[in-house]
Amino acid sequence: MTDSGFPQRLAALNAEYARCIDDDRMEAWPEFFFERCLYKITTAENHRNGFEAGIIYADSKAMLKDRVSALREANVYERQRYRHIVGGPAIIAEERHVVRTESPFLVTRIMRDGRMDLFATGKYIDAVGEDADGALRFVERIVVCDSARFDTLVALPL
Amino acid sequence: MRVPNTAAPSPENRRAWPAGASTRVPYWVYQDAEIYAAEQQRIFTGPVWHYLCLEADVATAGDFRTTFVGGMPVVVARDTDGEIYSFENRCAHRGALLCLENEGKARDFQCVYHAWTYDLQGNLKGVAFKDGVNGKGGMPKSFCPEEHGPRKLRTTVLCGLVFGSLHDDVPPIEEYLGADILARLERVLCKPVKVIGRFTQALPNNWKLYVENVKDSYHASLLHLFFTTFRINRLNQRGGVIVSETGAHHVSWSAIDAGAAPARRDAAYSAQGIRAEKDAYRLADPSLLDGRDEFGDGITLQILSVFPGFVLQQIQNSIAVRQVLPKGVESTELNWTYLGFADDTPEMKTMRLKQSNLVGPAGYVSMEDGAVGGFVQRGIAQAADAQAVLEMGGDGIESQDSRATEASVRGFWNEYRALMGL
Ligand code: FES
Ligand SMILES: [Fe+2]
Repeated sequence: MTDSGFPQRLAALNAEYARCIDDDRMEAWPEFFFERCLYKITTAENHRNGFEAGIIYADSKAMLKDRVSALREANVYERQRYRHIVGGPAIIAEERHVVRTESPFLVTRIMRDGRMDLFATGKYIDAVGEDADGALRFVERIVVCDSARFDTLVALPL
Repeated sequence: MRVPNTAAPSPENRRAWPAGASTRVPYWVYQDAEIYAAEQQRIFTGPVWHYLCLEADVATAGDFRTTFVGGMPVVVARDTDGEIYSFENRCAHRGALLCLENEGKARDFQCVYHAWTYDLQGNLKGVAFKDGVNGKGGMPKSFCPEEHGPRKLRTTVLCGLVFGSLHDDVPPIEEYLGADILARLERVLCKPVKVIGRFTQALPNNWKLYVENVKDSYHASLLHLFFTTFRINRLNQRGGVIVSETGAHHVSWSAIDAGAAPARRDAAYSAQGIRAEKDAYRLADPSLLDGRDEFGDGITLQILSVFPGFVLQQIQNSIAVRQVLPKGVESTELNWTYLGFADDTPEMKTMRLKQSNLVGPAGYVSMEDGAVGGFVQRGIAQAADAQAVLEMGGDGIESQDSRATEASVRGFWNEYRALMGL
C-alpha cells in the first residue's frame, strides 16, 4: 500500500474527512470507515493510562450512522460548526492489510453568535486500509485530544 | 436633580428569599458574586461531605490525588498506616501549592518555593535552613512546626468513594445520607470498581444550575429525545424519586415495566404533543441497547446525588461518578469518572464502552445537560429579581412514585437555604 503515492493519498483522505464534517455533510462521514471499525474520542491521559472508554465510541459503521441520526433527529444543541486543520500524516507502521498512521489536528468551533474558540487539539491515531475498490478507509480512527477538558458539549464528531 | 430609582431593590433586600416560597427560586442566586463567596463559607466549609476521589485512586501507601472542595485545592493521600488523609493543597509558609500533579506516588510533599516538607497526612515535618546557614539566619527558636500546617479535612471512605469534610460536626457519612440513599448507593457500588475513563466538562453556568438539572427528574424524557424514543427511560415507566429527609440528597430511578402495553406508554406523550416523541426513529446498530440487568432488579436508570456536588449514575450498564466543582459565578467544572467493575467479563466491558455513548460531554442522553444550564444563565441575564417556578408535584420535598415532579429540586433549595441562612 505504501508506495510513493501513498502519503498523498493519505493527506487527501484527511482533507476529505475534514471537509465532510466542516461542510456539514455528516451523512457521508460514516463512509470513511469500514463496516467493522473503531472510532473513538478520548484524551491523551486516558490513552496513556489504558482507559478504554471514549466520549464517543463506535465499533461499527452502523453505530457511526446512529451518531449522525442522533445528531440530526434527537440531540439538542445550539447551531455550531467546526473548522478542522489537519497536519501532515506520519506513517508509523505497515501491517499486512493496514497502515498505522498519525496526524495532528486542530479544531476551532464557531457558534451561531459568531463566537469562535479553539475547541480541540490532538492527534488522530489511525489504521487505514484499502476497500475492494482500492479506496482508503479507516479501520480505526482514535481521536486523542490533548486536553481532558471539553467545553460545554461535543455535539459534532471530531 | 436625579430622581432615585426606587424600583431597583437595594442589594440587601434583593437577597431576601421570596417570602415563604418553597416553589420559587430568585435568579440572583445564580448571579451574585457575594452569594458565591458566601457559599464557599457556608456550604463548602459547612457540615457537608464532599466527594474527593475513588478509594482505587489511592490504592496503596504513597498514592495521592489532587482535587478541590469548592474553590479550595485539596490533596488526598494514603499514608503508610493504610489510612487515607486529605488536606488543603497549600503550604503553611507562604501559601504555594504543595502538590503540582493530578495524581502520583510520593513519600512526602515538598513545597517547591522554599522546600518546606510535609508528610502524607499534611503535617509539616521539615523547614529548610531552619537553623540558618553557618550560624546565621534561620527560624527563631520559638518556631514550632506542629503549629503550622495546611487545613486538614475529616476523611471517610464509603463503598470505594472517598469523602472529605471541613466541618467538625458533620455526622458520619452513613447518617448524613440516610438509610434510603445509602441503600441505593450500595446497590450500585457493591464490589470493587475499575476506572475506564476520565473526562472533564466545562459548563458555562453557575454550579447550582447543574445540580438542579441532576435532581430534576421532570426534564429527562422531555429534553432528551434519545432516552424517550428508545424506552431507556419514560415518565410512565415504573419509577420514582427518593428525597432524603431535608431534601439534601436524592435518587431518581426507573425500571422496565413489563406489564404496561407499549401503546399506553406512548399515549401520554402523544397527547402532550411533545417534541420528544418520534417513534419512527430506530438504531442501525441496536447492540448499544443490549445491556444486562446486572443488579438483578430491572432498574435501568438510577441517578443519585449527594449534597452539594456528587452524582452517582447508572444508566443501563453505564456507571459513572460526577464531581461538580464551582469555578466562578458562571463557571462550573464537571469531572466524570467512567467505571466498570474489577470482575467485568470482556462482554460486559464492551457493553460499558458502547454505553459510554449515552453519557458525558457527547452523551446521547446527557449532551443537552451540559448546555441547558448555560441557556438558563444567559436567559436570566437581566432578570435577577424574577423567579423560577418549581410547582411540579406540589410544594413538598417528600419522596414520590412519579418522576413528573420537582420534589428533589425543591429539596436541594430547602437544604441550601438552611445552610445559607436565606
Ligand atoms: S511557600 Fe512553601 S516553602 Fe515557602
Ligand atoms: Fe438530563
